[in-house]
Amino acid sequence: MSLIGQPLPRVDGPDKVTGRAHYAADFPADRMAHAAVVQSTIARGRITGFDLAEAEQVPGVLAILTHRNAPRLGKIPEIPPVDPVGTPEHPLQDDLVLHQNQHIAVVVAETLEQARWAASRVRVSYAPEPAVIDMQATLRHARPASKDEISAKPGNVGRGDADATLASAAVTVDSLSVMERENQNPIELHATTAQWDSDGERLTVWDKTQWVQSCAKHLGAAFNIPPERVHVIDPFIGGAFGSSLRVWPHTYIAAMAAKVVGRPVKLVLSRREYYGGTGARPWTQQRVRLGADRDGSLQAIRHEVTAENSRYEIYTENVLKATPILYRCRNVDLPYRVALRDVNSPNAMRGPGLATGVYALELAMDELAVALKMDPLALRLRNIPERDQMKDLPFSSISLEQCLTEAASRFGWDRRNHQPGSMRDGRLQLGWGMAVSNYPAEKVKATARARVTAKGEVHVATASSDMGPGTWTSVTQVAADTLDLAMEQVKLSIGDSALPMAPVHGGSMTISSIGPAVRDACEKLRGAVYGAAGVNTGDILEIARRIGRDFEAEGAFDPGDLEERFSMEGFGAVFAEVTVDPDTSEIRVRRITGAYGIGKVVNPLLARSQCIGGMMGGIGMALLEQTEIDRRSGRFVNGNLAEYLVPTMADTPALDVTFVPEEDRNVGGLGTKGLGEIALVGVAPAIANAVFHATGKRLRHLPMTPDRLAMA
Amino acid sequence: MNTQDSHTAPAPGVTLLVNGTRHHLAIGPEVTLLDALRERLNLTGAKKGCDLGQCGACTVILDGKRVNSCLVLAARAQDRPITTIEGLAADGRLHPLQQAFITHDAFQCGYCTPGQIMSGVALIEEGRGHDEAEIRKHMSGNLCRCGAYANIIAAIREAAART
Repeated sequence: MSLIGQPLPRVDGPDKVTGRAHYAADFPADRMAHAAVVQSTIARGRITGFDLAEAEQVPGVLAILTHRNAPRLGKIPEIPPVDPVGTPEHPLQDDLVLHQNQHIAVVVAETLEQARWAASRVRVSYAPEPAVIDMQATLRHARPASKDEISAKPGNVGRGDADATLASAAVTVDSLSVMERENQNPIELHATTAQWDSDGERLTVWDKTQWVQSCAKHLGAAFNIPPERVHVIDPFIGGAFGSSLRVWPHTYIAAMAAKVVGRPVKLVLSRREYYGGTGARPWTQQRVRLGADRDGSLQAIRHEVTAENSRYEIYTENVLKATPILYRCRNVDLPYRVALRDVNSPNAMRGPGLATGVYALELAMDELAVALKMDPLALRLRNIPERDQMKDLPFSSISLEQCLTEAASRFGWDRRNHQPGSMRDGRLQLGWGMAVSNYPAEKVKATARARVTAKGEVHVATASSDMGPGTWTSVTQVAADTLDLAMEQVKLSIGDSALPMAPVHGGSMTISSIGPAVRDACEKLRGAVYGAAGVNTGDILEIARRIGRDFEAEGAFDPGDLEERFSMEGFGAVFAEVTVDPDTSEIRVRRITGAYGIGKVVNPLLARSQCIGGMMGGIGMALLEQTEIDRRSGRFVNGNLAEYLVPTMADTPALDVTFVPEEDRNVGGLGTKGLGEIALVGVAPAIANAVFHATGKRLRHLPMTPDRLAMA
Repeated sequence: MNTQDSHTAPAPGVTLLVNGTRHHLAIGPEVTLLDALRERLNLTGAKKGCDLGQCGACTVILDGKRVNSCLVLAARAQDRPITTIEGLAADGRLHPLQQAFITHDAFQCGYCTPGQIMSGVALIEEGRGHDEAEIRKHMSGNLCRCGAYANIIAAIREAAART
């Protein structure tokens, strides 16, 4: 029986439940020194001076680095698909302050307590300049994103004539919605431990990163050494949700500090420092206009987004990626605008772009259903696309209709009274809402290595990572399945830049990319062993032992021209039930049902965990999460985990996950489409639409806090 | 509370009793229990997620009660029994809750997991492991950003039924 598709427990489970799994800040080193950053307290301007007298007096202080004495960095590269367009922060290189909570100095000391205390004693003087923080002021100067800035985002290609069609459409809706800035807030703090070898030519870094090899390239460029001399290690990532895609300034700072003091240095950003030290899902405003016939057939979509950005980089994302393909529609217009303000650059957060765009689109679709007096489910079913009209390609497979009908059936949607405000549970208002989910089934080149030793041990390696989805387990499944071995017989290595090339661990493409590379390596390994023995069947461990030598094989995956032949997309449907307290406007999610068509499911146990995690993330997006930035100072008002609200166990509703059978022979590789992002994408709009159904009030602002609902 | 007069002042530092082993650490009064465990004793199972008592990733059991070790000064934990995740399966056999976490896939990234498990072990000891409403209420100080809560509830209920 194939191991692919089995609900096997995690191979790294024993390490994770005993504390043996080591994350970036958990690696010991001899003579470790500790670093603490000093962050800016203005949003824009110049540093005019440092008073270090008091900090230097703190016992144990080894060095204090500012832009005046820090090592000079080389140009930090822009590596697609992660890095935005512009000039990334080159930390401690000049006197410019670009945003609040920017690292402007670092203290290195014998102990963590000494470093943090001394950092708090560093006095900084500034020449502040006027900063624009307020989004409403920023919006007045919004501009279209340039072609360069959105070149990697093919979703921005429209078709037909949306404006003219909207003007003459039988039924139209015009929906203006806002989503606040969100922070990924993985529970693991961002951390880097850096160690140079004695001649200063080789750097070893234990870093919280989703892309060890990109991290090595960035550090190599910054420190003018070949990337092969930078060894980045990160076998376990304590959650990331996009926050560890980029190489952030503190990683360079840790390496600088280690170089200056000639000792290993550990730098852990505090939770507060994290908000300015990394990125965030951007604040966005979206206007969706839909035009349809009386029977619900969509005739035109105009979907415009305006997204916040910093002044030093432009980060755009796939906000408009789903809109041109999700529904059959001839006329689509997709303007993307950016609004620059004096904040740190946004970056990708789980379901980047699509989570934002699908929210606004699905809100508008719900409004259209109301305008048409139509079941929102029926409206979706009427507009299911036959092919990808943007790329003008057939889908490799599409199970949107099956997802909609399956999820509706499990949820009991046919018992819904479509009249808003019509359903109650005692004094509570009850609402049922639904939305579609979608995420591209991306896959890119990857490599892997497989080896069987003369002792009969199997080692498989690829430089990918595991931030939680279960790479450790699913890749072991692929290897064991290919080699016809038990899970325990395969030893996997990941999270190390010295291993065979793997893409960024993000964008739901890990198993689709490295899975087939590992399978290829294992097939070649088996071929090599059988070839040496002159057989075409048998246990490769036994044969390797008998022959008495090691065998090794390299494997690779290349999607080739797949993207030119097929549009590859995962689809899903999410249904949610909420209650609303009419007195307090408190919204509670009672249950969520999600159905997903994502190709082959490698491990249903882990896949379900990803989906319930996505549902919890969607509850946070819908009801709780917003990074509040003070409009005068630019400071993070709620930069901690008590005031930036994330869902807790008490917020957990009944969660129902199902995967519709989808055997996709066109999608390549293992037949997988990826799951991490699509699990989040449709959740918040389903909840938002349920809130409308409960109350009859259309709140177009996430998160839907009680005050916003009361004022809606 | 221990009080020492000037005639019987102890040697400088703090003595911690962790997982049955006594450690004397030459540390000052400013060091938290979490940092003493992680940075001095290399017991990195207890995680730092906020350092403010907001996330629960650093939960350990002190004197039989679960505490956020980032909010406890090491000096206040002097000579009191401390159990960390590393001490839970000291005899090599997983605690029933550790096993239940694996069976129910009650984690993804695993970072909050030591804190969830220590909190869950204490919760079961408190007699609150059988009632789902009690679990939800009394585990909500332990944040899981991967959103594994539903599976954590299942794991705690199973372990509580076995103990």
